[in-house]
Amino acid sequence: MTGIKKFWGRQTIIAAVSAAALALSGCAASSALNEGEEKPAADTGGDTVKVGVLHSLSGTMAISEVSLRDAELMAIEEINADGGVLGKQIEPIVEDGASDWPTFAEKAKKLLQKDEAAAVFGGWTSASRKAMLPVFEQNNGLLWYPVQYEGMESSPNIFYTGATTNQQIVPSVTWLLENKGKSFFLIGSDYVFPRTANKEIKAQLEAEGGTLAGEEYTPLGHTDYSTLISKIKEKKPEVIYNTLNGDSNVAFFKQLKDAGITADDITVLSVSIAEEEIRGIGTDILTGHYAAWNYFQTTDTPENEKFVASYKEAYGDDRVTGDPIEAAYNAVYLWAAAVEKAGSFEVDAVKAAAGGIEFKAPGGTVTIDGDNQHTYKTARIGEIQADGQFKEVWNSGEPVKPDPYLETYPWAEGLN
Amino acid sequence: MAVVFTQLFNGISLGSILLLIALGLAITFGLMNVINMAHGEFIMAGAYTTYVVQQAFSHYVPAALFDYYYIAAIPLSFLIGALLGFILEKTLIRFLYHRPLDSLLATWGVSLILQQAARSIFGAPNVAVTAPSWLDGGLTIAGAVFPYKRLFIIALAAVCMIALYLYLDKTAAGRKMRAVTLNRSMASSLGVSTKKVDAAAFAIGSGLAGIAGCALTILGPIGSTIGMYYIVDAFMIVILGGIGSLVGTVFGALSIGMLGTVAEFWTGASMAKVIVFAAIIAFLQFKPAGLLSARTRSLE
Repeated sequence: MTGIKKFWGRQTIIAAVSAAALALSGCAASSALNEGEEKPAADTGGDTVKVGVLHSLSGTMAISEVSLRDAELMAIEEINADGGVLGKQIEPIVEDGASDWPTFAEKAKKLLQKDEAAAVFGGWTSASRKAMLPVFEQNNGLLWYPVQYEGMESSPNIFYTGATTNQQIVPSVTWLLENKGKSFFLIGSDYVFPRTANKEIKAQLEAEGGTLAGEEYTPLGHTDYSTLISKIKEKKPEVIYNTLNGDSNVAFFKQLKDAGITADDITVLSVSIAEEEIRGIGTDILTGHYAAWNYFQTTDTPENEKFVASYKEAYGDDRVTGDPIEAAYNAVYLWAAAVEKAGSFEVDAVKAAAGGIEFKAPGGTVTIDGDNQHTYKTARIGEIQADGQFKEVWNSGEPVKPDPYLETYPWAEGLN
Repeated sequence: MAVVFTQLFNGISLGSILLLIALGLAITFGLMNVINMAHGEFIMAGAYTTYVVQQAFSHYVPAALFDYYYIAAIPLSFLIGALLGFILEKTLIRFLYHRPLDSLLATWGVSLILQQAARSIFGAPNVAVTAPSWLDGGLTIAGAVFPYKRLFIIALAAVCMIALYLYLDKTAAGRKMRAVTLNRSMASSLGVSTKKVDAAAFAIGSGLAGIAGCALTILGPIGSTIGMYYIVDAFMIVILGGIGSLVGTVFGALSIGMLGTVAEFWTGASMAKVIVFAAIIAFLQFKPAGLLSARTRSLE
């Protein structure tokens, strides 16, 4: 017994020492950060202006976020080659959020206080955005968030270049009701985006004459869908509205096909499957299903032709673009245009100048809405083809005005 | 009625998947008492091996033989998993046999390194494996569909289980392994080279994780983080089944599979996880040693 006691004793000492060391290094880091707090304004003294690029380069979300970093760096390079912004070259500072929400907040703080970044491009999950939001508001920084999300937010320090619900989910539900069937089965990962989105979808179904066959959530990273598929078979819906995120999609679609359900039997419309994800799931099991976005690699504009070509040239022929990648690319250009219009890198000046800024994006013209700092975007629905690309089956014609709180929809009253 | 059959089948199917995941850990954790957090990454290695074999077949083998890539991938996944396990045992684990906390942290570090290595080699996005066409579709009996892939995994889990049982019970090497895990110093004094046995046992456990990875490619995602999805379940099954008991691991896997699917059918996936965890915790209050525990005469 004494041996065991000694053994634990030594462990405890080591643990205590390393904990102390960690705590000390933590203090050192935070005191270094605090020094910067006196002048949070952007450092624009030299020939360059620093901006932050903050995505998960490791961990679960790296799968998606690495491409956003690539797109942002490409936009920065293009702008620099064109003479920069206000005559200054943009100097990107890349940080890794490591798929860990507190790390996002920590790194955002570092970018604002230590590097004095004029703007930060970053985030993917709503959880990472919610973690960074207070940091940007306290330090009066500027975050450009490039991914579609659940709406119901409008921070004065964030510009949202991805779609809010009324530019993606709301039109796609209407389209499904008109073209595919009235009976909906909602499945989603168990966190803020799917639950909020489904609340909105249910209200919309009720108002527009649809019915709810079922609503199911699975934990993030869930990989066994046999039981959920049994439930779907029992309820026999005409449409599955899919807000699963990440790897769960792979398991769900593989097992759905194994259970003998094809796109002809039940239409699945997804909101987080873009070209990149299709490659990881396998095109053979996705063919015939649908996704709602604002941009596809196949979107037919001259800007997109150039964008896809330079993306492939920079990162390899086997890479594909997709909606969030395009939105991340747009964000850099929109920020640069706002800075040029303001004639300054100051956050307040840039914000004041941003309203009405237009950019001919690969997915069609986008315009910043000065009231809520979202962008006007064209809604699109695409059918997945055997080559892993989308065939557009519907679009909204003209860019849709962003309405993050769904104020213009009577059925959405009381949702927020 | 079809639903009842389907759900019964789903329970067995989930149980067989869990068994495959946990079988390797039943050796490294159950028999050898090593808390190996990198076990999930051996599963990942098996999955990527399957992907590489598939790529190789599609490039270098006539298209008519493509469907057989999966047959080749199973033993290769085992070998790659076993090789990684062997290297890990020789370079790290053997220094940590009596330091459970250190091995927990060190193998967790190894798991992060392996994940990042996979990301550097194969890229951050998931890769896709096309299941062989002879596994497409399913058996339809009385309106219930039994997918061939799930039937195949049930068979594979059974084969692995039987092979492991035969190895441990009927071969000299297997008996030595059991002798060492039951009483290390006694086995050693009777002339068993415990170092060799340790390395072999760890390699076999890791190889079984590789096979699990190969099997999972036909049902789930293949990416650098898939190990994390299965590691907790694997530990849970070994602890529930009873540390040191392979038969217990089988019962553990099947009961968690059954309970999980039934609970998910009546509630939802998130709630089912809660119910399963709560049931396990409650069960371990009454039987702390698990369903079946190995009895030894050594003094603990």
